Amino acid sequence: MDVIFENLPLYWEGFLRTLFLSVVSGIFALILGTLLAAARVSPVAALRGFSTVYVEILRNTPLTIAFFFAAVVLPRIGVKFEQFEIAAIIALSTYTAAFIAEAVRSGVNSVPVGQAEAARSIGMKFGQVLSLIILPQALRTVIPPLINILIALVKNSSVAGAFFVLELFGYGRQLANANGDAVITVLLGTAFFYLLLTVPLGILANTVERKVAIAR
Amino acid sequence: MSSVLYDVPGPKARRVSLIASIIGGLLILGLLAWVVMTLAQQGIFEARRWQIFTRADVWRLLGNGLGSTLSAAALAAVIAFPLGLLLCLLRISDAAAIRVPVRVILEFLRGMPVVLMMLFILLGFGTSAFVAVVAGLVLYNAAVFAEIIRAGIQSLPKGQREAGLAIGLTSYKSRMLIELPQAIRRMMPSLVAQMVVLLKDTSLGYIVAYGELLRAVQVMADFLGTQYLFPIFFVAAAIYIAINISVSRLAVWIERRGSKKAAGGTAKAQPDVLEAAAP
Repeated sequence: MDVIFENLPLYWEGFLRTLFLSVVSGIFALILGTLLAAARVSPVAALRGFSTVYVEILRNTPLTIAFFFAAVVLPRIGVKFEQFEIAAIIALSTYTAAFIAEAVRSGVNSVPVGQAEAARSIGMKFGQVLSLIILPQALRTVIPPLINILIALVKNSSVAGAFFVLELFGYGRQLANANGDAVITVLLGTAFFYLLLTVPLGILANTVERKVAIAR
Repeated sequence: MSSVLYDVPGPKARRVSLIASIIGGLLILGLLAWVVMTLAQQGIFEARRWQIFTRADVWRLLGNGLGSTLSAAALAAVIAFPLGLLLCLLRISDAAAIRVPVRVILEFLRGMPVVLMMLFILLGFGTSAFVAVVAGLVLYNAAVFAEIIRAGIQSLPKGQREAGLAIGLTSYKSRMLIELPQAIRRMMPSLVAQMVVLLKDTSLGYIVAYGELLRAVQVMADFLGTQYLFPIFFVAAAIYIAINISVSRLAVWIERRGSKKAAGGTAKAQPDVLEAAAP
């Protein structure tokens, strides 16, 4: 246990960086994912096509490949980063956006058809129907799956630790190598900090789900 | 749904849509052209960089990497599924003394990054990289399989279990003979989707130095020189994505086929279970 308390500042720094990566990538992914979902149901064929291809490719790309591309391949073709956090955020948010787009789209499909018909019959245009009527209801029903995607995002941010970003996993690995005799303790400490984020989020998802289930 | 969001476009809307499509297409083409130009300036498209693919040993190394990826995924899937089934049965056991600890273990396993588990096994138990990768994948995916199957059992009508108990089956027999076969059938799409996740996650082996496809790319780039990094990386990424898309298509096909054949149709997993499985 001593090894954890001695290195608590490092754990804390890693924890904050994991939190930072997750929050920033989460916000970008939510925006990008919602836009992709809107494009997927739009009347413009090119937007639909783009969104479909994007989601299909990114969903089937291993995250490690996305990270490898952002952190190793991009710098070699002239896209330089001041910090590797930016590469990590690019990889995490573009990858997660594909899953958010799919979740939001399934939410759009779960809104009763009458809602869209009613909105259209009082003269709303596509943009109004989507932004004022459909999306507010759709987002509400997909909050639990969205939280689960964000939990996965927190866990996925650990891959950044292998690509030059010292977050929780990065520090955990460093400490494990430095303290060969207390590897299990060090890594259990790392796991504890991850659970500190993922378990409350999971409970939140369950609670919200129960609330929404009653409302509908 | 999407069909009622807007009118069937008239001539004017079609024209606007066409113009928007053309402009959008041109923008994407422009972006691609810029990327290609940048790459070309770096000499990526020089023939000599791609000539390495005429060498048999490059393909052999890629093949070895792919073989390692697939064997780790296959072995992990084969072990994880029965283990998930067992965990699921324990998780819904009538005895709280079994149910509660198993629930805690499942939450713990699902809340940890897979790569952390792999590192834990690699360093904590001093195993080989292959064992670490497989064991990490097994632990995580067994927990997810257990949750998926549990969701399947819960989605069954209550009468199934009641009828099973009423004709004198024990609790265990009712689970095995009545509920599980239906639940697994219903959850087939989610289970196959989770298999794709498992396959994708083998790429985490790169981080614990397991010689899978991405590691093979790195090794070849180090060995042959970094100028070959792009060609090899692009080929490897294309292989990975092609395999994953095929397995995903399989999941969609099973879903369609199942919804025709299975008694109650395949259940759409509770969205949260599906998504917990997804990324």
